Amino acid sequence: MNLAYRDVRHNLGRFVVTCLGLSLLLGVVLAMIGIYRGLVADATELVEAMGGEVWVVEQGTRGPFAESSRIPLDTREAIARIHGVTRTGAVTFQSIETDTGQSKLRLYVIGYEPGQLGGPKYIIAGRGLTGRNFEAVADRRTKLAPGDHIRLGRNNFTIVGITGNAVSSGGEPAIYLSLDDAQKLQFDLSPAAIRRERARGIKPASSTDTVSAVIARIHPNASAKHIAASIERWKHLTAMTQEEQIKILTQSVVEKARKQIGMFTTILILVSAVIIALIIHTMTMDKIREIATLKLIGAPDRVIVGLIVQQSLAMGLIGFGIGGLLINSIREYFPKRLVLQPADGLSLAGVVVVICLLASIYGVYTALKVDPARALAG
Amino acid sequence: MTKDKTSEKPSPLVSLGKISKHFGEGETRVDALRNVTLDIYPEQVIGLLGPSGSGKSTLLNVIGCILEPSSGRMVLDGETVYDGHWLRSDLRSLRLEKIGFIFQAHNLMPFLSCIDNVAVVLHLAGYNQQAAQKRARELLDYLEVGNRAEAYPASLSGGEAQRVAIARALANKPRIVLADEPTAALDSERAGIVMDLLRKVAIDQQAAIAVVTHDEKIYDRFDHIFNLRDGVLDKAIAGP
Ligand SMILES: Nc1ncnc2c1ncn2[C@@H]1O[C@H](COP(=O)(O)OP(=O)(O)O)[C@@H](O)[C@H]1O
Ligand SMILES: [Mg+2]
Repeated sequence: MNLAYRDVRHNLGRFVVTCLGLSLLLGVVLAMIGIYRGLVADATELVEAMGGEVWVVEQGTRGPFAESSRIPLDTREAIARIHGVTRTGAVTFQSIETDTGQSKLRLYVIGYEPGQLGGPKYIIAGRGLTGRNFEAVADRRTKLAPGDHIRLGRNNFTIVGITGNAVSSGGEPAIYLSLDDAQKLQFDLSPAAIRRERARGIKPASSTDTVSAVIARIHPNASAKHIAASIERWKHLTAMTQEEQIKILTQSVVEKARKQIGMFTTILILVSAVIIALIIHTMTMDKIREIATLKLIGAPDRVIVGLIVQQSLAMGLIGFGIGGLLINSIREYFPKRLVLQPADGLSLAGVVVVICLLASIYGVYTALKVDPARALAG
Repeated sequence: MTKDKTSEKPSPLVSLGKISKHFGEGETRVDALRNVTLDIYPEQVIGLLGPSGSGKSTLLNVIGCILEPSSGRMVLDGETVYDGHWLRSDLRSLRLEKIGFIFQAHNLMPFLSCIDNVAVVLHLAGYNQQAAQKRARELLDYLEVGNRAEAYPASLSGGEAQRVAIARALANKPRIVLADEPTAALDSERAGIVMDLLRKVAIDQQAAIAVVTHDEKIYDRFDHIFNLRDGVLDKAIAGP
């Protein structure tokens, strides 16, 4: 005869409502972890999609995502000549905000030379860029479609294709332009002072002949590490492997978010623990006479502890289960990308078990202290 | 009615020798029991009378090993359980084995059906599910509430609840049954039925039964009636 189960069944309504409340709380915890995983996934998605095994950036920087980087456009040809390098591409990156008519849209503009490395990984609808001006390929998360027009800077662009897996480390969907268009856009949007200087013929530090980075694909037998090292030795550039680039992104771009989300998650877990502790304590107080009676008729402590701990665990795990289902079913509607990993779910379940055990300490303590004589008091 | 069988059964089930119990110290000291000496024999049903605060509940709690006496000696069913200090560490298993409690408020578990309220004691005592259910049902039948076996306590009348509570108290065949005002909430007819039941248990199970009461209607149902006044016990009224 399981007393915990019988008691829950008898007060089913209250138990269910409590579990639902808890499920919201734990669902939010899961969502926080999912958002964090989403951030990490976003941060590295573009680097992975671009497929550059070696990233060449401005000397002494950790660009082009964590820090800004400018290198001459002709770096690409120099890199292409290195032994072991099979394909190269020069790319620019820029965050902009544009008006689609109905709403503002933040976009991550990627400029590349059609035919070279750095373009969209695949095309879902429409076609890729061919080198004509004022054409763009957009990530599906922009909600744009082939044939749509969009104003960027002073020019109107036509969406000719849709791709996926292209999002900035900040979560902005990407739009691919030809390197030419992207550089012009950069110039249009640069501060007025620089444009005036340039109009007067003074060559500023950031000319239209610069790009953010050059990426390279290498021969299967070549080592990205060695090639990066030799680039650093012979040119005044910084070069890193894809793995190093991903590490920089997850560290520098996501680090702050990790701390914030970690704090928030910790607070939520603590709040959950306190709430479970209070609920369990209340449930114990409501049953204090029954607990005293159990002691009086000779129930050992193990029976009483079991009654409380089992209810606490059931509440936590059912709440966690419902919370998980809830978040899973609404994740599509989340403004931020949610990545729910089974391993995260399992470790949160473990944390829930631990907080349930900790939370029942107060209730168990109260129950074990109850004087069996209380059962007799009229 | 059973007559005094002291002469035939020389060993009492409950034997208190100069048991005292006080609460607090100094100014706030309350002497709830003073040198109480009392023997209860098998098949005996005794009554404990006394004004409020005279120590009746304290006496019952001491016999039930719920309260530790301050001094004296107590023997239950041949086992010396207290002699200046507890001689047994597992008082709960002692209670489970030997003592049945009947409470003034029935104290049934609201979340268990009547039959499970009885069976829970049997589970604690190590019965398996089937044996526990069988014995619980027999007891409810014995107490004439078998028809309410599946009902929950909230739906029972006072008399029914009290009989289920008695069934629970008797579940593990205790030799000592302690009842604190078991008839206070019942009318005289129901009170009479409960007393008849206790009498039946005393005979059937060779049990010693102590009943705290204020209820004059049932005075004639006891073999002996003891009076408590300020913690002092004296045999006030002889049974019929
Ligand atoms: N836990 C306790 N702490 C202090 N005093 C108590 C406690 N229990 C009982 N008493 C005191 O002991 C005396 C006897 O109480 P009790 O046995 O409950 O009396 P009765 O049941 O006859 O009404 C009373 O004066 C009461 O106030
Ligand atoms: Mg009392």
